Amino acid sequence: MKLPIYLDNHATTPMDPRVLEAMLPYFTEKFGNAASRNHAFGWEAEEAVEQARKQIARLIHADPKEIVFTSGATEADNLAIKGVMEMYREKGDHLITSVTEHRAVLDTAKALEAKKLLRVTYLPVDKHGMVNPEDVRKAITDKTILISIMFANNEIGTINPVKEIGKIAKEKGVLFHCDATQGVGKVPVNVQEMGIDLMSFTAHKIYGPKGVGALYVRKKAPRVRLVAQMDGGGHERGMRSGTLPVPLIVGFGKACELCEQEMAPEAARLAALRDRLQEGIMKGLDEVYLNGHPTQRLPHNLNVSFAYVEGESLLMGVKEIALSSGSACTSATLEPSYVLRALGVGSDLAHSSIRFGLGRFNTPEEVEFTIKRIIDTVTRLREMSPLYEMAKEGVDLKTVQWTVH
Amino acid sequence: MAYSDKVVDHYNNPRNIGSLPKEDPDVGTGMVGAPECGDVMKLQIKVKDETIVDAKFKTFGCGSAIASSSLATEWLKGKTLQEAQKIKNTDIVQELNLPPVKIHCSVLAEDAIKAALADYRKKAGKGE
Repeated sequence: MKLPIYLDNHATTPMDPRVLEAMLPYFTEKFGNAASRNHAFGWEAEEAVEQARKQIARLIHADPKEIVFTSGATEADNLAIKGVMEMYREKGDHLITSVTEHRAVLDTAKALEAKKLLRVTYLPVDKHGMVNPEDVRKAITDKTILISIMFANNEIGTINPVKEIGKIAKEKGVLFHCDATQGVGKVPVNVQEMGIDLMSFTAHKIYGPKGVGALYVRKKAPRVRLVAQMDGGGHERGMRSGTLPVPLIVGFGKACELCEQEMAPEAARLAALRDRLQEGIMKGLDEVYLNGHPTQRLPHNLNVSFAYVEGESLLMGVKEIALSSGSACTSATLEPSYVLRALGVGSDLAHSSIRFGLGRFNTPEEVEFTIKRIIDTVTRLREMSPLYEMAKEGVDLKTVQWTVH
Repeated sequence: MAYSDKVVDHYNNPRNIGSLPKEDPDVGTGMVGAPECGDVMKLQIKVKDETIVDAKFKTFGCGSAIASSSLATEWLKGKTLQEAQKIKNTDIVQELNLPPVKIHCSVLAEDAIKAALADYRKKAGKGE
């Protein structure tokens, strides 16, 4: 077992060696520009791109022509929201989304709101982080042109009732965009069955390279149109200009193909590891609270709060393991996780949260090591914690008058 | 963000973790911060003849917060009450090489010191 251990697979994933191998020829041998129509270098690059398009489309049950390559999921989210809003602005200016979306969606919505181009409804979530489809239905007006709800949350792993939302969107004639960055390749995602019209996802969460992602744009029933946000040459059917990063796209395609082949057994394996991690931690410690839905959650995600212990100090204590926390101390803005706050988790528990993201290359040995290190570190930090001391004395922390600086 | 060696040292080998009996007339207790902010420090001093003979702390907070309060107890031991009052958060920042985003941890530690001193003085004032 090698240290450090990587358990932060929601942030990014290591590339699968098979993906790297598929990419290599396209750097120095088959290096043509896929848009060079007049020579073999261009043709072979184009062929590789089209092959990748097929592999990617297959994974999500789309047509290859419906895949638009971008630099990642953030750009795909921007393209979906801005592109659709601009195209359909005669029809309306209302966007429905949720409070737990990724910043790529929330910041885009806020930017358009600030420019007075959009009115946005931010739907709340329940205590497990799930959006209620009926809330979506109730929020739709005759000016609504887009619903944007994520497939699964990157912090707490909760999977939204996407199929139900897709049905409502179809009923009401509103386009449905789904940021599926954390779901694609991990659990079955089917744009046909789920009634999804636009979908963002990226390669680097599924053992592919960083720097490439895609926006799925439905071509039939209905045909979705959008205004390009990147101009200059009309690549990707006029939806996203710019020379295609052929080696990255080849890697993306290979990553999707591997996911399609290995998804079922991998999800089962990771769910078992995750369940063992959860069981081990909760058996060895008291006052550990699960964040997110207990069953409707990504198989490889675990997010828990350790009462009386702050997240960053916990991460420091297990520095041989790569994890992340919802604590304010770990964020650039010194704000605790807005996702946890949206669940109604108190700020103190938000500061005490740790997110575990298992992946293809994690082993049972690593999980056992992690369980032990977490239990040891939490125990040590609780001995150092004035809050734990007060709780053990029977003080109700909610009644204390704190002197805030 | 990599931690300075000193912060890591205080985290791995914290000085003076623990508690002094709150009700003792020669013990001053300072409790500052709030769980919602992710930072709570309890700092206690035992005073004899206007000199701090013992200091203990417990902290709920990040590595820099733990290190700041640990360092504070180290510095307090052996100082007179007057000397202790002069400890500034900037001294802590310098000693631990705290980056700008962690300066507030040192401020909280200074607050904890002052709160403990004030609590002791209040008790001592109520005495003779």
